[in-house]
Amino acid sequence: MKRTIKIPILFSLVMAGILVMGCNSTGEQNSQTGLLSNDAAQQVYVAPGEYDDYYAFMSGGFSGQVTVHGLPSGRLFKTIPVFSVDGEKGYGFNEETKPMLNTSRGFVPWDDSHHPELSQTKGKTDGRWLFINGNNTPRIARLDLSVFETVEIIEIPNSGGNHSSPFTTENTEYVVAGTRFSVPYPQADVAINSYKENFKGMLTYVSVGNEGEMDIAFQILLPAFDYDLAHSGKGKSHGWTFFTTYNTEQKSTLLEVTASQNDKDFIAAINWKKAEEYIQQGNYKEVPAKWAHNVYDEHTHMATSEINDKVKVLIPSECPGLVYFLPTPKSPHGVDVDPSGEYIVGNGKLSADLTVHSFTKMEEAIANESFETEISGIPVLKFEEVVAGTVKEAGLGPLHTEFDGKGNAYTSFFISSEVVKWKVGTWEVLDRAQSYYSVGHIMIPGGDSAEPEGEYLVSLNKITKDRYLPTGPELCHSAQLYDISGDKMKLLLDFPTMGEPHYAQGISADRIIPNVKKFYPIEENQHPYRAMGEKDTRVEREGKEVHVYMTTIRSHFSPDNIEGIKVGDKVYFHVTNLEQDWDVPHGFAVMGANNAELLIMGGQTETFLWEPKEVGVIPFYCTDFCSALHQEMQGYIRVSPANSSIALKWGLGEEEPVQ
Amino acid sequence: MKNLPRYIMAIAVLFLASLFLFPIWRITLIAPQYPDGVTMQIHINKIGGDSPGTLQNINILNHYVGMKYIEPESIPELKYFPWVITALILLGVIAIGINKPAFYYGWGIIMILVAIAGIYDFYLWEYDYGHNLSANAPIKIPGASFQPPLIGKKDIINFTALSYPSLGGILAGASILLALFAGRLSKKYS
Repeated sequence: MKRTIKIPILFSLVMAGILVMGCNSTGEQNSQTGLLSNDAAQQVYVAPGEYDDYYAFMSGGFSGQVTVHGLPSGRLFKTIPVFSVDGEKGYGFNEETKPMLNTSRGFVPWDDSHHPELSQTKGKTDGRWLFINGNNTPRIARLDLSVFETVEIIEIPNSGGNHSSPFTTENTEYVVAGTRFSVPYPQADVAINSYKENFKGMLTYVSVGNEGEMDIAFQILLPAFDYDLAHSGKGKSHGWTFFTTYNTEQKSTLLEVTASQNDKDFIAAINWKKAEEYIQQGNYKEVPAKWAHNVYDEHTHMATSEINDKVKVLIPSECPGLVYFLPTPKSPHGVDVDPSGEYIVGNGKLSADLTVHSFTKMEEAIANESFETEISGIPVLKFEEVVAGTVKEAGLGPLHTEFDGKGNAYTSFFISSEVVKWKVGTWEVLDRAQSYYSVGHIMIPGGDSAEPEGEYLVSLNKITKDRYLPTGPELCHSAQLYDISGDKMKLLLDFPTMGEPHYAQGISADRIIPNVKKFYPIEENQHPYRAMGEKDTRVEREGKEVHVYMTTIRSHFSPDNIEGIKVGDKVYFHVTNLEQDWDVPHGFAVMGANNAELLIMGGQTETFLWEPKEVGVIPFYCTDFCSALHQEMQGYIRVSPANSSIALKWGLGEEEPVQ
Repeated sequence: MKNLPRYIMAIAVLFLASLFLFPIWRITLIAPQYPDGVTMQIHINKIGGDSPGTLQNINILNHYVGMKYIEPESIPELKYFPWVITALILLGVIAIGINKPAFYYGWGIIMILVAIAGIYDFYLWEYDYGHNLSANAPIKIPGASFQPPLIGKKDIINFTALSYPSLGGILAGASILLALFAGRLSKKYS
């Protein structure tokens, strides 16, 4: 019965959206064509050899990676492998990075990355690290922005899909995680329709140390809602994190209908400073939980993975003041805190309105105990006691809001496919701009921090349809760049993105450039199988294992002729790139190897495992065009029968090479 | 006033001693692929650069055209030149003690002779590196010389090479002028 009632309503919502889209596009597209002709082109033109003003870090979505672009040009600089194996860089294929993708469920070669988040100091992006969540197998990764590589991945236990993550606190004390899919707690073989009795939702605080090192500080056990997105407080609301929820109906099937019934769901406000007090007092439960913690060491050039076995859990009913629920209309998606920390925007995605809560009013409501009810010992604050205002009929399907630091907010509307600018405090709509099509997240550099750099806005669109040359059934997702420096938003540029760019972060290039490393100093190389020069190169056999200590330098491998390898051996090529110059990686690839290449940066050692199965002479070569003699950078390995008596032999050339 | 030449000579000796801290000469190679250039710094006892990898990077460049590797261990000048400088410092100190024009002038003239010999020796090394090419060089350019300029700027195939005194070399040069000046003053006061 409910189905038949609800579907027409949803349908008409969507139809209304299409109508709004249709109406707006006729008028505005014409004016935009005019705009795009001259000045827009100049604004996004970065002349050859010039630098962009901003870095944009975009989630690679279901590719599991992060892409690095420049703004305003939109140019793609690098794909950083994070949660998925990457043949291009050997990530997850070479012996050093395999542990990065280890989990309590073993090696997981893929994930769905969603929300990049830059580290902050005093609420300002500082360019040290980028965090990003893996949604499918709950994880958080940390990328080091001096090398643009993934250096740490922590698994989130007791969780079923890490969506509301990582969303840092003001000084990167913590990054957070929250389960999108509630799961049985503890995991068990139970009937799915026992959801209400057996399932729980878990929020997680991951502490971040001075060197960036992550650890699970504590978890908070909540009712089995879906925890959708989050943002931590700043300024006056520093010490709090806000998580949106949907499915407060607690359903497990046909959620598109069953989880859209309640008029209001909640924003869960977590007082994490209070949580720290309860942890200090020992008012927590230590529960068994398996979670992997993987760390890449820049000196050994190796990742290690350790499996931890417990976690501290706080129970809200035993920890008064820890959690409050703020009723918020219509399955709020994004929750965004303005730069002052006062306003908490709930983007009710099935609504036309935006609800904005006041932190000051929330504190008063808590002090006055203006509670509507309690759920599992968690007070639900009275809606009218916390709401600061409503942005009325701004569009359809609000998802996310960012801020420009000049008193304005920008909200994406998925259904009506537009970005709407409105004034914080008066809640009046100031401007609207079409997106092509169906914008999800939007990003202003620093737009979710205390100090936005409100020059550009990027909309991250889910659908492109006719916007680019067609590429078969699968089309690219896209980003659109708007100039927001004036009163009116101005569309400047379309550019395609990798996977699905859920969220993105932007930062002034000058906060990153001074820290960027050009190569790894070879004298700091602590890899156990390094070769510090060609004099160090050798081949050693330990039973069926063969270790090749190999070096690369323009333009040869040392050794480049190896004999005495036998069928059935496990051959480890430990390749050290001796180069100490910028932009001189060497590649290493072996014919028929059942993995990927190595791509070794200057001063780095990487290891390639090869198990020869047939007799013959097998070529290997450098894959990255390194010099005028790159094409000559090649070698041979002779593979003899398993019972052969050919001795190990290796060498390089007839003349003394460099080093 | 009688001690003024002494003070000036003392500065001259300190300037010369600065060669133990600062490089004497530098050679910079500039090409589009090397936007910051590659700068080799020649000290009296070692060859370095603006990064620990500079010498290796220059050797990599040189090997394409068959130039010899620059191996500081096999350059004897780097071993005995510090002793030459030490001797000159001692002579300078003696000149300060005696404080006679002839000794200041004499020290200056010895310095000039050492400098001429040093520059000639530098030229011979440059000539050797630039002309004595391996027969097996991967890239052979008939008639080309890869000798960097003694001083100044020169285009060598795709590179522009700059060769100039470095801080230590400039100070050492100034020490000659100071010694001659000390000699002149000392003559005036005597």
